[in-house]
Amino acid sequence: MLQQLVNGLVLGSIYALIALGYTMVYGVLQLINFAHGEIYMAGAFLGLYLTVSLKLPFPVAFVLAMAGAALIGVTVERIAYRPLRRSPRLAVLISAIGMSIFLQNLSLYLNGPATRGFLPPFKVYPIRIGEIKTSSLEVIILVVAILLMVGLQYLIRRTKIGKAMRATALDKETAALMGINVDRIISYTFAIGSSLGAAAGVLVGMYLNAVDPMMGLMPGLKGFVAAVLGGIGNIPGAMAGGLILGTAEVFGVAFMRSEWRDAIAFAILIVVLLIKPSGILGQNTQEKV
Amino acid sequence: MPLLEIKNLTMRFGGLTAVKNLTMTVEEGEIRSLIGPNGAGKTTVFNVLTGIYQPSKGNAFFQGREICSLRPYQVTSIGITRTFQNIRLFGNMTVLDNILIGMHTRTRSELLASVLKVRATRTEEAEARDQARELLQFVGLAGKEQELARNLPYGQQRRLEIARALGADPKLLLLDEPAAGMNPQETSDLMELITTIRAMGRTILLIEHDMKVVMNISDRVAVLDYGEKIADSTPQEVQKDEKVVKAYLGEG
Amino acid sequence: MISAYYYNLLILIGINIILALGLNLITGYTGQLSLGHAAFMSVGGYASGILTVKTGIPFLPALVIGALVAAALGFLVGLPTLRLRGDYLAIATLGFGEILRVTFLNLEITGGPFGLRGLAKETNGLIVFIATVIALVVIWSLINSRVGRAMIAIREDEVAAEAMGINTTRYKVLAFVVGAFFAGIAGGLYAHWFRYLNPASFGFMKSIEILCMVVLGGLGSTTGAVVGAATLTYAPEFLRSFFPVISEYRMLFYGALLVVLMLLRPQGIMGTSEFSPLKVYHWIRSRQGVKTTVGSDS
Repeated sequence: MLQQLVNGLVLGSIYALIALGYTMVYGVLQLINFAHGEIYMAGAFLGLYLTVSLKLPFPVAFVLAMAGAALIGVTVERIAYRPLRRSPRLAVLISAIGMSIFLQNLSLYLNGPATRGFLPPFKVYPIRIGEIKTSSLEVIILVVAILLMVGLQYLIRRTKIGKAMRATALDKETAALMGINVDRIISYTFAIGSSLGAAAGVLVGMYLNAVDPMMGLMPGLKGFVAAVLGGIGNIPGAMAGGLILGTAEVFGVAFMRSEWRDAIAFAILIVVLLIKPSGILGQNTQEKV
Repeated sequence: MPLLEIKNLTMRFGGLTAVKNLTMTVEEGEIRSLIGPNGAGKTTVFNVLTGIYQPSKGNAFFQGREICSLRPYQVTSIGITRTFQNIRLFGNMTVLDNILIGMHTRTRSELLASVLKVRATRTEEAEARDQARELLQFVGLAGKEQELARNLPYGQQRRLEIARALGADPKLLLLDEPAAGMNPQETSDLMELITTIRAMGRTILLIEHDMKVVMNISDRVAVLDYGEKIADSTPQEVQKDEKVVKAYLGEG
Repeated sequence: MISAYYYNLLILIGINIILALGLNLITGYTGQLSLGHAAFMSVGGYASGILTVKTGIPFLPALVIGALVAAALGFLVGLPTLRLRGDYLAIATLGFGEILRVTFLNLEITGGPFGLRGLAKETNGLIVFIATVIALVVIWSLINSRVGRAMIAIREDEVAAEAMGINTTRYKVLAFVVGAFFAGIAGGLYAHWFRYLNPASFGFMKSIEILCMVVLGGLGSTTGAVVGAATLTYAPEFLRSFFPVISEYRMLFYGALLVVLMLLRPQGIMGTSEFSPLKVYHWIRSRQGVKTTVGSDS
């Protein structure tokens, strides 16, 4: 029981990191950034190449992978979303789906379809506390994820950029009138969200010792489910949603055949959407007429 | 019995009270106006009456029937239709189709009848088209049937919205700032149009900022300020009311 | 006689046109983005396939029953989820499609991951042709009726549509039911042409492929759905024979296509306009008119 809770927390902290990227972008643009799962995948590949091929020290490689993914995220926004700022939402959504498929297949072309191993470039020790079996890698994942989330909260709540982001999320026109460069804030949002996604990608790549071009699809969708579960646009909600989803999935698999694993997240999604579409921490909003 | 009776209506959004304890009536056959400074809660009243918002407290009765629990389309089907402050036409559809959609509640054809094109459907469609053309003639848009709604000039879009609302053959017509953005000629045509609509036996509840329109054609005027009714009387009385003057000009 | 290769291609084009027409009703005309259209197709395929293989019900009744099952599922999915705003709906349909795929993967009656085998080859060119024409006529009459107007009004402005007395939930569900019905027909035809069904064929990517057809042709144009389906079915074959390098990266091309279309021509090939013989006639007449004036001048 406790063992499953620990596994759930590790998985959940990954979902939470991915969910943050969705929720931040949704907060400022009201757009589901379908390409976010691919940013996560790109982050994993960057991490793999930087540590294994270039033999960079892990912390350096980790930060560079996050920076590289941030660049990709900002570029995606520039090319596929920004020109459509005034278009119907359906058009932007379709563009996002197109971008996701494009990046996935670009990666397939560049990296080949085979799954690559990604052994952590540091020694991993098994850890036992009473009944619970874990490892130093799991501890590192959990600690890194928590540090990133705390850092994000600090950025959003305490810095000038964070304040500008919150203003932009609330009302783009007014924020622009107050002298905020909305385009730049949107770029920052994509950069931060993408770098968190990349961090999740590198961590998962090492955890499962596997990186492949399609790896972003399912975690991407589940990260989105976590964001909706917590209340989309809501940053603490995304963290809570990720942890709940991760735990639910681990427990679900313990009671059912593991083939049903991928269905669990979506069943949760549909139930949440039907009962409280604003998510557990979200607020109900009404359309202005 | 008044045609429409609003009783102790309160509408809150989070901490903001948009409408506070509003009670007012609309008698059959009158042109009734609702005025007030920007943000006084006028459009919110329309949104509650047409089922878009659920009131926090209070209720409204149309011909004695409670309407606040109805969904917007049900409100339309019992005889209340509206126009919107910020015009909401079906921009990519033709002028004629806009009217035909306005007539939705008066036509019947459903899935199977539509697909099989039974005789009843064809007759209904032909009749609806004739009536839609008459309505366009009535608001002065004859000859524009096949134009896309979004290509009409502003004043004509306002008229089309009114014609679309009339398509449902409403007993009560809610007009939300129909004169906004119109030039003096268009405004005076509009006043004539509204009085003609009333002469045809329809009742009108009007939100309007143009005082010339309000004072010339209204039978009774209610004034909202910060969500509260501060006056309710004939146009002459309201114009003289101290509280109303103060609300519009501000203190000192 | 036409070669087996082109015969196969024509059948695929017909099936894809039926799929695109249904999705176009949901997404193009009613404005509800659905990312689970392949799921309705799989339901029609499995339902009709199981009926013909395990119960011996003849093909045509099985085909119709399969489509009705898909339509019923469209109703079940539509009723609760259609109260959701656009992007939530998109993700809910996606989730529903994935749940269904995982379900088919785990059921015994569908053959699980090994797929459903042993179907008879019942589908032929004539049946596909008739089904395509029926789908075309039904969708065409529908959108040019009171019901279709209501659906388009929902796409244009849902609040205004509701204010005009349109029960928006009802018409959105109706669009899903009709779209799912035809997807079910397409699924049944597909099943009895390839004689084999596998859950992997009906995943998210298949739904995206159908969406590409509709978007390329022009959301809200029936002619566009036909053109889009035919083009994207033929294009990979065409590329394979002339530009083999490109055809390997079909999905890369699809992704770029969606983005570029939204940026440069969001209305697709046809926009919302339609092909009509009358227009062509007038066009030809006007060309001839020009010629005769020129002639009389000289």
